[in-house]
Amino acid sequence: MSSTDHHHTHSAKAAPDPDHHESGASGSQPAKSSGWGVFLFFMIGFVGSLISGWILFPELLYSKKSQPIDFNHSVHLDLVDDGCNSCHFFEEDGSFTGMPDLSKCVDCHESAQTDDPEEIKFVDEYVTPGIEVPWLNHSKQPDCVFFSHSAHVMGAGMSCESCHGDIGTSEHTRVYEENRLTGYSRDIWGHSISRLGKPEPGDPLPMKMNDCAKCHEEETGHKGACFQCHK
Amino acid sequence: MKEKNDYEHSKRYGMVIDLDKCTGCGSCMIGCYTENNVPFKADETNKLDSINWIQVYKLTNGKPYPETEISYLPMPCMQCDGEGKLGHSPCVSVCPAVATDYDYSTGIVSQIYTRCFGCRYCMAACPYHARKFNWWDPVWPADMEKYLSPDVSPRMRGVVEKCSFCFHRYQLARNKAYYENRQTEELGEDEYQTACAEACPTGAITFGDLNNKSHAVYQLKNSPNAFRLLERLETNPKVYYLSSKKWVRRQGDNYLANEEPGLIKKIDKQHH
Repeated sequence: MSSTDHHHTHSAKAAPDPDHHESGASGSQPAKSSGWGVFLFFMIGFVGSLISGWILFPELLYSKKSQPIDFNHSVHLDLVDDGCNSCHFFEEDGSFTGMPDLSKCVDCHESAQTDDPEEIKFVDEYVTPGIEVPWLNHSKQPDCVFFSHSAHVMGAGMSCESCHGDIGTSEHTRVYEENRLTGYSRDIWGHSISRLGKPEPGDPLPMKMNDCAKCHEEETGHKGACFQCHK
Repeated sequence: MKEKNDYEHSKRYGMVIDLDKCTGCGSCMIGCYTENNVPFKADETNKLDSINWIQVYKLTNGKPYPETEISYLPMPCMQCDGEGKLGHSPCVSVCPAVATDYDYSTGIVSQIYTRCFGCRYCMAACPYHARKFNWWDPVWPADMEKYLSPDVSPRMRGVVEKCSFCFHRYQLARNKAYYENRQTEELGEDEYQTACAEACPTGAITFGDLNNKSHAVYQLKNSPNAFRLLERLETNPKVYYLSSKKWVRRQGDNYLANEEPGLIKKIDKQHH
């Protein structure tokens, strides 16, 4: 019984409401001005979300880290004989060694050769105790990706700079921006959040799957089968 | 994706498995497990839950002793060329995610685990049970993760996996050929071999390019004892079997009592 009573009272209450609204709408003056209010409200929200999406979110998305040692590529490139190959070389089976391990560095840096604080730090913290430097890799790909350096460098005759930018002539390491969600470097997506336009000359190229496919389509005429780049 | 299909001149990697030589030891399965990071479970008796890229089946002629005969049949992915040999493999044609495709340069059917969303249409379409579903995330015994091969990405729960003919070995062989400034189209037979072929102690598994006259499989596949599984479906598998026993060859397809094994091959020849 009590529930039906409640329903009755509810409908009785709701019934006069439309009348109330009608009387409110008959005064047309306030409705016009609220239209501009709504538009302004919309624009503030719209611009606000654009700013948060395009400026604040990318700032929040990437954490900034610096390399363990501020490595000077430029100095090294002047001293070695074989350019990039001197430290980043191929094994005889065609695999690419990537970042050199400590044993390669020790060839020259058994003790500090200059009074550069970074070099002294490198010798004291890594060379003497024999700890590998935990370099942050700007080009690290997920483990489902197969990438052959020898196919690109030997087969297609591409230079290191064509993908990695002019890192070889840099005097300081760049800030490593890590995507907080995926854990990969910002270089993979590319610096531009919209991914519109081309990277600045000397900047590394973005390395997402679409970027690979785009270049493959331009250079070889087709994107290739899945297994060409996946494993 | 749309490559020009040059069926006769591209490579078609395939396998010839001599069942007369197969002892059913399972070395091919073990070799495959370790090579391809195939997850295993403490209890492998539940075959609905176990994963393998090559599986050894036991065939019997069904006769009582002393006429009983046994033969073992290792079954990897058949890497079907599909009807009309155009790459229309049963699994490739049904995948809604393009997670599996036919590589026209090698004839190998891929499986991309990160692309697969686990609908399992391909498993339903595959007549050979070559595809397996990951019902669980792989769990490796203590420290064994360190022994996983970095050349094959491990799979996660909810995706389908299958034999890739050790495609990563092909990639590594090409890597070396590029480094040595050789033509990657002219890889030697011994440069690219699958793990199961290498693991087989009796040499029952022969692997190579079916289109290359200098490869052993080219001759072997034309043997009168050669047959493929379910040839009538015209899936055009690239895995051939050899058996001198007629009852084994009979089990390669669903023959009627009045039909002879090898009949389909003859029909095929009349058509072309």
